[in-house]
Amino acid sequence: MTRKNDISPPRFSDLGSCALLCDAPAPLGIAWQRRIWALAARAETWPGVMEVMPGMNNLMLVFDPLVVTAGSIKADILKLWPYCEWDCEAGKTLEIAVVYGGEKGMDLEHVARHSDLSIDEVVRLHTTAVYTVFFLGAYPGFGYLDGLHPKLCTPRRQEPRLQVPAGSVGIGGAQAGVIPSMFPSGWQIIGNAQDVFFDVTKNPPALLAPGDKIKFRVERIER
Amino acid sequence: MIEVLSNGALNTIQDLGRFGYRKIGVSVAGTMDKLALSAGNLLLGNHPNSAGIEISIFPFRVRFLEDMVIAVTGADCAAELDGASMLPWWSVPVTTGQVLALHTPIQGCRAYLIVRGGINVPIVLNSRSTDLKARFGGHEGRSLQKGDQLAVLNLNARSSRWKCGYGIAPPHVALPSNRSTAGGIVAVRVIPAAEYDKFSTCGQAQFWDSLWRITPNSNRQGYRLAGTALPSEAQSELLSHGLVPGTIQIPPSGQPIIQMSDANTSGGYPKIGTVIEADMWRLAQAKLGESLQFVQVTVADAISALVAERVWLQKIKTDLAAVQPALVNIGIE
Repeated sequence: MTRKNDISPPRFSDLGSCALLCDAPAPLGIAWQRRIWALAARAETWPGVMEVMPGMNNLMLVFDPLVVTAGSIKADILKLWPYCEWDCEAGKTLEIAVVYGGEKGMDLEHVARHSDLSIDEVVRLHTTAVYTVFFLGAYPGFGYLDGLHPKLCTPRRQEPRLQVPAGSVGIGGAQAGVIPSMFPSGWQIIGNAQDVFFDVTKNPPALLAPGDKIKFRVERIER
Repeated sequence: MIEVLSNGALNTIQDLGRFGYRKIGVSVAGTMDKLALSAGNLLLGNHPNSAGIEISIFPFRVRFLEDMVIAVTGADCAAELDGASMLPWWSVPVTTGQVLALHTPIQGCRAYLIVRGGINVPIVLNSRSTDLKARFGGHEGRSLQKGDQLAVLNLNARSSRWKCGYGIAPPHVALPSNRSTAGGIVAVRVIPAAEYDKFSTCGQAQFWDSLWRITPNSNRQGYRLAGTALPSEAQSELLSHGLVPGTIQIPPSGQPIIQMSDANTSGGYPKIGTVIEADMWRLAQAKLGESLQFVQVTVADAISALVAERVWLQKIKTDLAAVQPALVNIGIE
């Protein structure tokens, strides 16, 4: 069993005088990420802390330096760090139906060629994996998903598209995700989902939350 | 109501910003020049977070469809009310039918039209700010267009015995930069960030010593700067992490990018430094083509600057209370 004081501490850096970045040790992994989610949930309630924003293996905290000092936030994080436990049952599991290929899945063939697989095999690998939402960023409601099959890793496009359709199911390097509404994107778009991933009138507005699990299901394949 | 008489691709409704939603990917947005918006609001007895109009495309004209009290702050843009020049940073009564015109700024580049009561647009995710990228907030999630009609909150309150003919000294007079700079050069204070030490001593010196021109490819999302490219010795891509406005990133091109109000919530280029919060308004008012000089400061310096700013804002409030005995804060809480 690992002793609590064996857990390597995070590294801190300033983002101006009103924000701190707290980086978990390398390499990136689900264990550190869970610790970050747990820490974010706790730190959000601290006096003077205005916002928390989990990233990939890191946490940004925005605070009012006239209410709380960076030094005391760092001390509190170091104290809590070995004991941050994420309830693995906390996240929800979502099944997302996807229409692969066709007009709104314009890069499916490219991904198949790049990975030297048939279209059916790409879809099979994409739908058999269980993905974990690591954090939300870039666009409102956009979750960075971990769990893409290594064979499907495909570099981003040289030139980003000025707009991709809402619900675009994409691959960006080793990451997967669904782009909630029409945004510019350099990701490879292999399909489209009908679910609403972001709605300002809903509470919470984002469908996804860190720690959620996602499975994609084939609605149909358009060739 | 206020009727907009000009089109302007970048004239928007903004308050101090949308906070608490970065963790779901929503940008802060909000005014680029916090001091101009807050001071203008306090001058009119509003809450500092009341929504105003941020104008960066000139000339800009509006017609007042009701009597109200206004102030024009931010850039010095030779404001005219029915053709007669109007004092900026001043509480001014306007009557139904009068037309306000704002011209190309003589100093600065973003002007703010503040009305007593605040602009009334729906609150979306706890803010009235326009998020142009995500197309929500403000007036229909977009820039203002000719013909738009904007409502004013708490219109009844404006008819109370509000004394006009009162103004304040603008922040470039009240909070001058303690660094003398030549014309066309704006000094902003910077705290080194996570990857600063990954740049060579030579690269670090070059960052502080050279001038960085603001290129036309700069907007509310970010300022792209041009100068002698910094050697990209630092790792070129990091794991995605949260960003704040003011973060200075060095992409592989070696030309710095400063994140501004509409910045994405996360990014992954190496960060050499962060412009201090108290100097973000100086950056907001720096024009395209002007050059930036980065001045290294400590966190303690940045906090003193922030205190000076808050003291200045507090003084506007207390001075006003003396002039307006029956002062009521009418803006949103």
